[in-house]
Amino acid sequence: MIKFSFYFIILLHIGLGIFIAYQRHHQTQIPFLPGEETKVWLIEAKVEFLANPNTPTMISLSVPSEVPNYKIFFEQSSSAGYGFNKVEENGQKKAQWSIREATSKQTLYYKVQAARGDSQQPPTQQINTEDKKLSSLMWTKAEELAIEDILSEAKSRSSNDETLTIELIKLFASKSMGESSSLLLYNKDRVEVINAILNQAGVQSRIAMGLKLEDARRNQSLISMIEIYTNGKWVLFDTLSAEKNIEENFFLWHRGNSLLDISGAEDAKVTFSMIEQNISNMELAKVYYDKSIFRLFSIHSLPIEEQGIFKMLLLLPLGALITVFLRLIVGIKTSGTFMPVLIAMAFLQTSLLPGITAFIVIVAMGLVIRNYLSYLNLLLVARIATTIVVVIFMMVTASLIGYNLGFNTGMTVAAFPIIILAWTIERMSILWEEEGAKEVFIQGGGSLFVATLAYLAMQNSFVEHLTFNFPELNFILLSFMLFLGRYTGYRLLELYRFREFKGQ
Amino acid sequence: MAFLATFNTLKKNGILGMNERNVNYISKYNDRRLYPLVDDKLQTKLLAQKMGISTPNLFFTIAHQHDVKELSKKLEPLDAFVIKPSRGSGGKGILVIKSKTKEGFVKTNDEIITIETIMRHVTNILSGLYSLSSTPDVAIFEDLVIANSVLKKYSYQGVPDIRIIVFRGYPIMAMLRLSTKSSDGKANLHQGAVGVGIDIKSAKAISAVQEQTRVYEHPDTKNSLDKIELENWIELLELSAKCYDMTKLGYLGVDIVLDEKRGPMLLELNARPGLSIQVANSQGLLPRLQEIEKIEEIAPNAKERVSFVLEKNWV
Repeated sequence: MIKFSFYFIILLHIGLGIFIAYQRHHQTQIPFLPGEETKVWLIEAKVEFLANPNTPTMISLSVPSEVPNYKIFFEQSSSAGYGFNKVEENGQKKAQWSIREATSKQTLYYKVQAARGDSQQPPTQQINTEDKKLSSLMWTKAEELAIEDILSEAKSRSSNDETLTIELIKLFASKSMGESSSLLLYNKDRVEVINAILNQAGVQSRIAMGLKLEDARRNQSLISMIEIYTNGKWVLFDTLSAEKNIEENFFLWHRGNSLLDISGAEDAKVTFSMIEQNISNMELAKVYYDKSIFRLFSIHSLPIEEQGIFKMLLLLPLGALITVFLRLIVGIKTSGTFMPVLIAMAFLQTSLLPGITAFIVIVAMGLVIRNYLSYLNLLLVARIATTIVVVIFMMVTASLIGYNLGFNTGMTVAAFPIIILAWTIERMSILWEEEGAKEVFIQGGGSLFVATLAYLAMQNSFVEHLTFNFPELNFILLSFMLFLGRYTGYRLLELYRFREFKGQ
Repeated sequence: MAFLATFNTLKKNGILGMNERNVNYISKYNDRRLYPLVDDKLQTKLLAQKMGISTPNLFFTIAHQHDVKELSKKLEPLDAFVIKPSRGSGGKGILVIKSKTKEGFVKTNDEIITIETIMRHVTNILSGLYSLSSTPDVAIFEDLVIANSVLKKYSYQGVPDIRIIVFRGYPIMAMLRLSTKSSDGKANLHQGAVGVGIDIKSAKAISAVQEQTRVYEHPDTKNSLDKIELENWIELLELSAKCYDMTKLGYLGVDIVLDEKRGPMLLELNARPGLSIQVANSQGLLPRLQEIEKIEEIAPNAKERVSFVLEKNWV
């Protein structure tokens, strides 16, 4: 029973760690690997107009909110001196600039950054009556006949709403219905005409305005596409090539109503430019964080200074686990149970070779001085305190010598935990007296070996990324520790210790 | 001829490993709150006296730093004595003075030290240098054991002692520990002493080990070790078994010395006895531990438990 609940707790911790980490990854897009990048599009709308003097100016630009297949994670307007607002009208998001007084030519910018991804809300809602009214045109008798003509031709070639749309677009493009099509297109926009005909044929359709995404394009204007509602979803059609499902490269800017409303100005025009960028997934994730529950449970929400501390602290469990492993499974002796982990933390700041060198030099010199101290017959606490002061002096001296020789050793030696070093010196010195130099080298070497392995694991950028961004993974480390805590098998070094039994 | 043993051979020989000892025996059978009884040698000594188990004579203790000044006066009537930290472990901090001369105190290795050195040593003990958790400690001054003349010839300096593993009150494995030159007169195996496995039933030597390697003679005295046979064996076993009644610790290492005049005396107890005794005995502890574990009702009398063990054929 105890055994069952023990393994249950272990599995629970592993499950919990994996579950929370996966949820965090899923909701906030934090990548599991450091340095992952995503391609994003930066799209900039430039509004130019001539402001009428002495009248307040108001500019209202339709801006994208929910784009199929894209996720907008950054929006910004730049417009010096203008008041800026975002409002929603009939389900369409608008950017509004206003200014009391402006003259001559004015330029406003609106920037959007979007990454490919599932749209926040699947576009499955039914067409609303507003769209229908806007797309209905007034026809003359002759035009109505032309519509019937084209529609019957298209219907004869098609089997459903989708193919009807495709055929209709093709008919207008190929000019094979020359007279009828040119009559309808006279003074009218081709896409609006196609949309109206589709509506008349009972197909739910609407016009979508957007941009074809191509890298480093400037001075682009929006192009119109047809969207029809079929089989429970909206399908987008290119009005030139009649291709469907073109969302991959089509960035939907707005639907239906007008792109730009102005008052107090004239000669307004909107042009678009776009560029493809690479940004790291970490940057991307920061944007999603605010919308997720993990905002409350993330180290990212702490001040930078504290984040730095936790970055170090969250590495500790791994170092501790490595120590547990090397002591319980391998059977390496160390001086002080978790002293190697603290030394490894110091190595993180000094890097390995300078760290080991500094450690050995300080401990060796400390041992010499400690040997002298033992003649002074001091009480333990006073002796440790003296050793601490000696260690500090040695660090200062090492830094000064190093600096004068042109090495940056100051940083290196100051990283070591002084109290730990003092205790290490004390313990080694006792060990030397009691058990001889051999045991000092065994334990000192064991400590350095464990510290080096712990350092190598902790300085790995992948490990640092995971422990910092997914602190819940420490649950898994915890369960390993619990598991190792119940390991009753032989230690690897016991195979050597009990080697006399090998032949029996 | 392999350099290492394999997991399989260790298992087949029933070798108890460090992890298994800690998890399945020490933490299972040794109640934590009983540890002070054995970790504190002064407590063990007083308890043993109460139970009628003989231990080396206690002269006095020093618990406070200001008493160290009076040390030379206190040591005046004593010719030979042993200083021990009450809570020391693994033989750390034990200073043995075998005689006094004009120059000072003579250690077992004939080195002469001054009263100042002894005072410094006591100061170290008091400040907790040798104690398990570096907490302040007490220095014990007790009588020097005169080694049994039969065993003495095997040992280099120091006093040989007998380590018996007592599990749930049953003595299950024994070893004679002989100090060597390299162990500095101490009888701890990890300090270089020789361990001679002693058959529980016959009290005869089985095999010997030093530094985890098989030896056949003492490295310093060159005496052959395979002829050793201990006297008063049943008395020794009963003494060790009584230590269970005294402490109630289920997994216990009992260290006994044989004094020339006073016979077997309890030296100290250990709640975390080492594993090298298995190498000295060429036997694993596990089969014996498992056999004793099967006993549902422990015999209340130490004599009964010893006779139960003597009926076994464990070699």
